[in-house]
Amino acid sequence: MAYGDHDADRQQITPLALYLRRREFLALGAGSAVGAAALARAADAQPPLLKDVRKGPFGTDEKPTPYEGVTGYNNYYEFGTDKGDPAANAGAFRTRPWKVSFEGEIEHPQTVAIDDLISWFPLEERVYRMRCVEAWSMVIPWVGFPLGELVKKLGPKPKAKYLAFTGNLDPSQMPGQRREVLQWPYVEGLRLDEASHPLAILAVGLYGRALPNQNGAPLRLVVPWKYGFKGIKGITKIRFVSGEPATTWNLMAPNEYGFYANVNPAVDHPRWSQAKERRIGEFLKRPTLPFNGYADQVAALYAGMDLKRNY
Amino acid sequence: MDATTRRRLGKVLVFAASLIPLALVGADALRGRLGANPIETILNRFGFWTLTFVMLALVPTPLQSLFGWKWLAPYRRMVGLFAFFYGFLHLSTYVGVDQFFDWKAIAADVVKRKFITIGMLAFALLVPLALTSTNAAVRRLGYARWKRLHRLVYLAAVCGVVHFVWRVKADLREPLVFAAVLTLLLGLRVASYLRARRQHA
Repeated sequence: MAYGDHDADRQQITPLALYLRRREFLALGAGSAVGAAALARAADAQPPLLKDVRKGPFGTDEKPTPYEGVTGYNNYYEFGTDKGDPAANAGAFRTRPWKVSFEGEIEHPQTVAIDDLISWFPLEERVYRMRCVEAWSMVIPWVGFPLGELVKKLGPKPKAKYLAFTGNLDPSQMPGQRREVLQWPYVEGLRLDEASHPLAILAVGLYGRALPNQNGAPLRLVVPWKYGFKGIKGITKIRFVSGEPATTWNLMAPNEYGFYANVNPAVDHPRWSQAKERRIGEFLKRPTLPFNGYADQVAALYAGMDLKRNY
Repeated sequence: MDATTRRRLGKVLVFAASLIPLALVGADALRGRLGANPIETILNRFGFWTLTFVMLALVPTPLQSLFGWKWLAPYRRMVGLFAFFYGFLHLSTYVGVDQFFDWKAIAADVVKRKFITIGMLAFALLVPLALTSTNAAVRRLGYARWKRLHRLVYLAAVCGVVHFVWRVKADLREPLVFAAVLTLLLGLRVASYLRARRQHA
């Protein structure tokens, strides 16, 4: 389906222009406060529209979270630990030139410039739920390509059982990395079969536009059945390995954050219940669904596993 | 201006200033400037101000006992009551807005999550202090007993700071600032106690 066909409904469900106008209005009314200034800056510097984006599968018809929420309320500790820090501090982050290297147990190890990588695969819009481990959630119209297609292209060898992702390390541009709040760079991992699942994508945009820096530009992982912290941002390296790779939050607090991190209302985080979540923009909490509502697609990946132990 | 008028004016000012954090929450709410997750923002702000007022209420006594500065003493009670006030707003936001009176979820939180358990304890410890904050209560209890009772504020403050430390995921800067301030405020009390004992000996 051509993007043009779909553009009409996207305009209906996601009136981006309206949100941006409202944002400017809010910024005007808000005087000189820092938050408002950041919003005004963000509104000025909209990322460019992406061309030739087609509608991808698995999309939810739930109402997408407004653009200002998706791009103003972020966990991206490389730019600060407050939800507003990434939007405030990532504006000048340079995402070009940017290289991503593919290493390890693959037939075609290589380093590729981000724009070449983006041109390898047709871009798709995937409207996914995003459930943060902190018990809030969003609906985000991502733009990206299936991670599985990339895996296929790189040709994993038989020894490749896991993918180890590494984020960008640059304290000069990422002020949050000047303190050891977490071990830098951010690292994440997936099992090869998880990475090959058609739901898993590498995102390069949202709301039809290039990914804003605070959302992980130029390249981030999106695995909608897992808690948000699995979605590593600013990816610079993917290494195919035989053993389960280290993951940042698991290193930080192993009893709180597991390798799998599948959304599971039955397994509480030690410091908060995972039974419910607050959808950003809503008042009442809603029940959290197993695998964030993607159980039909992904539950089979974990058949026979004790999900209470493998949290 | 005589001393009574000055003190009265001071109290009006402290009262008005203490309402500023609440007014700012209201103003930001009206302008839609509480961010994408306003409930979380409000909860965090009220929590921050609860701890801040608890700390402020602990400032006048050591200044008086160590340096003889008495000019803050008249505002101590009011500031302590504002700590209770913001604690009440913080707890009410959690119960009535965040959890929307889901008593089962709240009970599970109190039992299972130690940061909530200790936060509830901190607030519970403030309740008898707020209830006995009147002059009549001091008379009824007798000053010595009243004073002993009000030492609970130290425990409440410690519980409040631990509540914050345990709540945070990774970035401990803010809770540790509170911990440092509280350590200083309690340390000054220990210092003045030791000094008094030495002088008596």
